[in-house]
Amino acid sequence: MRDRIWIIAGLALFAVVVTAPFWSERTPAKDLTKVPNLVLPVNQKDCVAPVSYMRASHMVLLLRWREEAVRQGQRRYVAFDGKVYDKSLTKTCLGCHNKEQFCDRCHTYAGVSGPYCWNCHNQPQTNVAGISPRSMP
Amino acid sequence: MFMFEKAIAGSRRYWTWLFGLLCVTAAGFISYLYQLNVGLGVTGMSRDVSWGLYIAQFTFFVGVAASAVMVVLPYYLHDYKQFGRITILGEFLAISAVIMCCLFIFVDLGQPMRVLNIILYPTPWSLMFWDMISLSGYLVLNVIITLVMLTAEREEVPAPGWIKPVILLSIPWAVSIHTVTAFLYSGLPGRAFWLTAILAPRFLASAFASGPALLILFCLVLRRLTGFDAGQKAIEKLAVIVTYATIINIFFILVEAFTVLYGRIPGDVQHLEYLYWGLDGNYHLVPWMWLSISLGVAALILLLVPAWRTSPSLLPVACVFVFLSLWLDKGLGLIVGGFVPSPLEAVTQYTPTLPEWSIVMGIWAIGALLITVFYKIALSVREELGELAGVQHSIVPEAESHQAAPSIVSTRMQQAD
Amino acid sequence: MKITRKDFLRLSGLSFLAAGTLEAARAVAGSDSSAQNSPGKPSAQPVRWGMVVDVQKCRKDQGCDACIGACNSAHNVPHLADPKHEVKWIWTEPFENVFPFEQSEYAQQTDAGIPIPLMCNHCASPPCVHVCPTQATWKRDDGIVMMDWHRCIGCRYCMAACPYGSRSFNWVDPRPAIAHINPDFPTRTKGVVEKCNFCEERLAQGLRPACVEACPEKALVFGNLADPNSEPRQLLRKRFAVQREPELGTGPSIYYLV
Repeated sequence: MRDRIWIIAGLALFAVVVTAPFWSERTPAKDLTKVPNLVLPVNQKDCVAPVSYMRASHMVLLLRWREEAVRQGQRRYVAFDGKVYDKSLTKTCLGCHNKEQFCDRCHTYAGVSGPYCWNCHNQPQTNVAGISPRSMP
Repeated sequence: MFMFEKAIAGSRRYWTWLFGLLCVTAAGFISYLYQLNVGLGVTGMSRDVSWGLYIAQFTFFVGVAASAVMVVLPYYLHDYKQFGRITILGEFLAISAVIMCCLFIFVDLGQPMRVLNIILYPTPWSLMFWDMISLSGYLVLNVIITLVMLTAEREEVPAPGWIKPVILLSIPWAVSIHTVTAFLYSGLPGRAFWLTAILAPRFLASAFASGPALLILFCLVLRRLTGFDAGQKAIEKLAVIVTYATIINIFFILVEAFTVLYGRIPGDVQHLEYLYWGLDGNYHLVPWMWLSISLGVAALILLLVPAWRTSPSLLPVACVFVFLSLWLDKGLGLIVGGFVPSPLEAVTQYTPTLPEWSIVMGIWAIGALLITVFYKIALSVREELGELAGVQHSIVPEAESHQAAPSIVSTRMQQAD
Repeated sequence: MKITRKDFLRLSGLSFLAAGTLEAARAVAGSDSSAQNSPGKPSAQPVRWGMVVDVQKCRKDQGCDACIGACNSAHNVPHLADPKHEVKWIWTEPFENVFPFEQSEYAQQTDAGIPIPLMCNHCASPPCVHVCPTQATWKRDDGIVMMDWHRCIGCRYCMAACPYGSRSFNWVDPRPAIAHINPDFPTRTKGVVEKCNFCEERLAQGLRPACVEACPEKALVFGNLADPNSEPRQLLRKRFAVQREPELGTGPSIYYLV
């Protein structure tokens, strides 16, 4: 029974640590009903795959492109609608999309801290012009 | 967990020691976070000397891990009963050393989060792949062996029969881990210093000198601090093994030196020149390499004379000399010497930085921590069985209630057959 | 339904056979279709990209570093002040360090000290590829030794294996050391190995390597070594050429006209 104080203190510490994300100041409460304010390309309506697929599986597509372009030297991508694209994150994806206003905003919203594409891949300087903010429905 | 309760009951000295090791580990961990953040540029490595202390320590401790075979082999193949009490110490040393090796490799990686790529894209023509296989296999073998043998010892039942072939398999496996590690280096066309068939035999010889030397030191420390006595005969036999291995290692070094120096091909001579005489005005490894040679020769003299080899005061000195000599030779000179001069004749000085030392010491501390905990478990099990002699110096409190048991034959021996 | 052991063995044997045949048929079909699918590439004509460096032309202006500058800006090669952390794709070293066998007591006068441009040799049998534990570096069918910076774990085994010192490691984040980032080519990140890629990204667009284009003396001649009529092959027929350390059996694709 002499250990009771230690056991209670230990349990209390455990409870504090486990619940930390809920009350800590570093993780402010988010309104999960609010969708991220994504800026969509104005000059282009079609993507390399249907929106539903891109929303769920763009990373799979990117990984496949990466594998094929870098390792197999196949750089042409024939999309579902027959259009031909260059398998390039910088040239094709970022040719229309803006990294900060599209990729980052959604990744932040979804809590995806993973993609370190940007440690190496660059934002082309050309695509920023001609984009007007438009919220996703 | 496996008899872990034994490891959390100990004297004040035991806990102080563990706490000290944890502090060193924590310092190493902080240094590693710094390295992770800034990059491997925080170390002394460079474009020309692209491997340094980490890989050298990895190589050295693979040898320590492999050396467990020097107690396992006489005991199980030649039925040398004196090693019955220390076999488990050798196996625990192997486990700790292999874990240290994995950590040394890990901290050397530029992209550690991608380490699983080695398994995701298995590449059988790369020696690194086989090193991964042989090291992890050796770890698994030794974990199984110690687990089964110690459990059997504790329950006072014979070990299951299937463990014998596993133990026998661990013998060639131990040789393989150090051979494959030598092959990492000795198959590279552009590095004349490593491109020699003697490298793998030399690795084994130096391993079988440094590992048992460390084991002798552990046995002597345990005798002093705890009631555990490895047995004078066992220690003397280990000392003989260290002596032979040291002789063979020095012989191999001289063979290599003769081939290179008498052959006089400039590309081959340059590396030895750099290490032992200095090249292009760069001498910073020269004193260390000569210290290694001096310690090795001094140790050899101490070990060769039977009266000195068995002397309780001189044997530990000889063991420390052997260990330090080989640590300098293999844990420093071997890797750096292979890189300098570079293929383009550049002599680049390599000096480990403070964060690098801190990380290395952190891994040593983890190794020491593991060894301490493992030995504590093993000795506590033996103590329960009333096996320890001379309990008055024990650091383990419950031992004091035991009677000093007369030196008895190891239970392990009875079980294994 | 009762299956006897005999039936079971017979069935499983048959299904293995069927699976094997299918696999074989697919392999045959696959090789056929891949040959048809690439009409642009002359499948009959093997490609091995290579380069001939005309040292006589290169030495005309020893201060010239046009090839290096072109490569560095095309590939975002950082300029790091600390020589220990240097990243180099194409660079120069004094003749006697590059060709130590050419340096004998009395023959050293003519070429001693002249800078020789160096890069990855794109070996026929590359030691770096043999040792890489993740296949992050490999040899393409056209002879280019490629790097996949996505896969590299940064073990630097390839650097130990390369007998030419052609590989660099990113000891620190290279981005702050790049004056102008070319957005069309990725930078690298800390912890990966890199080297000359023979401008495979330009070759894919039908362009020649950046260093070749930049050389004012046309001292770098690029082409298909497997084609007897290619420009480098014509040069190699006419002039005496050496490779770096050919005795190692690596088969460098870079030849030097000395």
